[in-house]
Amino acid sequence: MSAGAEAVDWMDHLPALQVAAPMLGAVVCAIVRRGAVCAAISLAVCLAMPMVSAAILCDVLANGAVSYAMGSWPPPVGIEYRIDALNGFVLLLVSLVAALLAIWMPRSIAGEIAPERRGWSYAVYLMALCGLLGMTISGDAFNIFVFMEISSLASYALIALGRDRRALVAAWQYLIIGTVGATFYVLGVGILFSATGTLNLDDMAGIIAEGSAGGAVFRGGAFIVVGIGLKLALFPLHRWLPNAYAFAPSAATVFLAATATKVAVYLLIRFIRSIFGESIQTDGLDVQTVLLALACLGMLVPSLVAVLQDNVKKMLAWSSIAQVGYMILGVGIANVSGLAGGIAHMFNHAAIKAALFLAVGCMVHATGVCRIGRMAGLGRTMPSVAAAFSLAGLGLIGIPGTAGFVSKWMLIQGAVEAGMWWAVAAIALSSIMAAIYIGRVIEIAWFRAPDEAVGRPRAVPVEMIAVTWIVTLGVVYFGLETGVSIGIPAIAAESLAAGWAGGAG
Amino acid sequence: MTVVEEIAARYNHWIVVFLMCVGLYIVATRLNMIKTLIGLAIFQTSAYLLYLSPGKILGGTPPILTEGGQGGAGLYSNPLPHVLILTAIVVGVATLALGLALAVRIHEAYGTIEEDEVAASVDREDNAG
Repeated sequence: MSAGAEAVDWMDHLPALQVAAPMLGAVVCAIVRRGAVCAAISLAVCLAMPMVSAAILCDVLANGAVSYAMGSWPPPVGIEYRIDALNGFVLLLVSLVAALLAIWMPRSIAGEIAPERRGWSYAVYLMALCGLLGMTISGDAFNIFVFMEISSLASYALIALGRDRRALVAAWQYLIIGTVGATFYVLGVGILFSATGTLNLDDMAGIIAEGSAGGAVFRGGAFIVVGIGLKLALFPLHRWLPNAYAFAPSAATVFLAATATKVAVYLLIRFIRSIFGESIQTDGLDVQTVLLALACLGMLVPSLVAVLQDNVKKMLAWSSIAQVGYMILGVGIANVSGLAGGIAHMFNHAAIKAALFLAVGCMVHATGVCRIGRMAGLGRTMPSVAAAFSLAGLGLIGIPGTAGFVSKWMLIQGAVEAGMWWAVAAIALSSIMAAIYIGRVIEIAWFRAPDEAVGRPRAVPVEMIAVTWIVTLGVVYFGLETGVSIGIPAIAAESLAAGWAGGAG
Repeated sequence: MTVVEEIAARYNHWIVVFLMCVGLYIVATRLNMIKTLIGLAIFQTSAYLLYLSPGKILGGTPPILTEGGQGGAGLYSNPLPHVLILTAIVVGVATLALGLALAVRIHEAYGTIEEDEVAASVDREDNAG
């Protein structure tokens, strides 16, 4: 790269900036530790990130995959940051969510977290962001593990900041399961490393495609898939998720729900589609079938549990596990439309779930209640927030004209092309259950008299409502104008189908 | 080749598998949070050994460049696994530190670090709303 040139060309170093800026921001926050100053730092860093990732994505779409040699050590010896349409898209998604959340979160944090801990909460927030962006951008299997642990450790701390003491237990469960998951991942990478002699993903894909790695691909692949499965709460490895989402501070819930599982899904797609390819299928067990079965079970069982929940955050958390099933279904359906549908659902569900949790965060900020039964009459006392929740909820169900419909439609198309009618039935059934659990909240919020015991809600700060509505309108916008929400996933899916090793770049 | 010889030839892998199973078993079955963390540490150690043991070559020298090219003997241990595992150990220490800190906080909040007792309290709180 141009490190040796007289003038540093910043455009060349955008991939490094994407990870370094949040990390530096986190360190500065940890040193400063004053709530207001840290809020300003996190806002500045997070607002800059979408610009960086948009610039990288434009470059990728115009000129093909970007490769950045960290510290100017050329790959495969050095660590390579490699961005193609798929992870460029995920980078943009994560940094956009982070930027909007940075505007929304200061007053929510002020309402939920003790003053002496507020500064720390921004530090761990930026560190979690750094880890997630690093996992997405890195093209080195071990580097991905390090970033995975950076983001996970920061998330455990973020969850433990919740005001309820059950948050500690949720963080503990996540720590144990998350560490087991990451260790499974690193064991898998170790097996692949001793078989291929490389950690560079591109290099590894090439060696595996030649077929010289043999059975190690299956053994290492199994560890990696289970490890990532624990991280993305793939049913039945989801046990940590509901409590973690329910008891974390509202801002942390939005962040984790919208980004953490999506990045893990991206990693799964990258390993299964770009690196293992056909090589993992050679053993007796068919990975494709296992993924499809888990995806369908994951779409149905957690949706049923969500219907029975009493805490609105827990209900949405169980719904998130079900939505992960849709994305995995896209990975399992081997054709381009199915994969594009899965990738599109990553983006759309991030927007939908962010909008829902943002609306719930506004309600918690105003009233302090999470129980669905006590949300009666919120449509009358705080109409704008309740309306945003309802609109995003329609997106979750998949009503035509919302983003949820677009990606579900693509998944159905993919399933029909592959002749998997049972998958279409599972999508329909899961959507009906979504209609039941979202419909229940809408009914209670709009058609019941306000609960006297809850009292008058506090006014919700204007920027919190504004961000909630921006994301909610985004859900509708991406449902009508599909240039981004279908266009980029289609490009990403085609480049995945065409093969990664020896491809562009 | 008998089974015993086969096991002996790859004894480093069997140690890895043994540590992995012991660690996972402790994590899955122990209710005391400190014991769970001990199991987690053993489990992570198995990953360290998986990387390190193939990187060492008997009779190999440290990978140091001498004047005029490669090290004298030409046979050297792969340095990469050592560097990777140094990083992994740091990650493991950080995880354990955070886990212990959480156990302390849970003890302050619930008065116990037995997971079943904590879970019973959590259930009561869930039902009370």
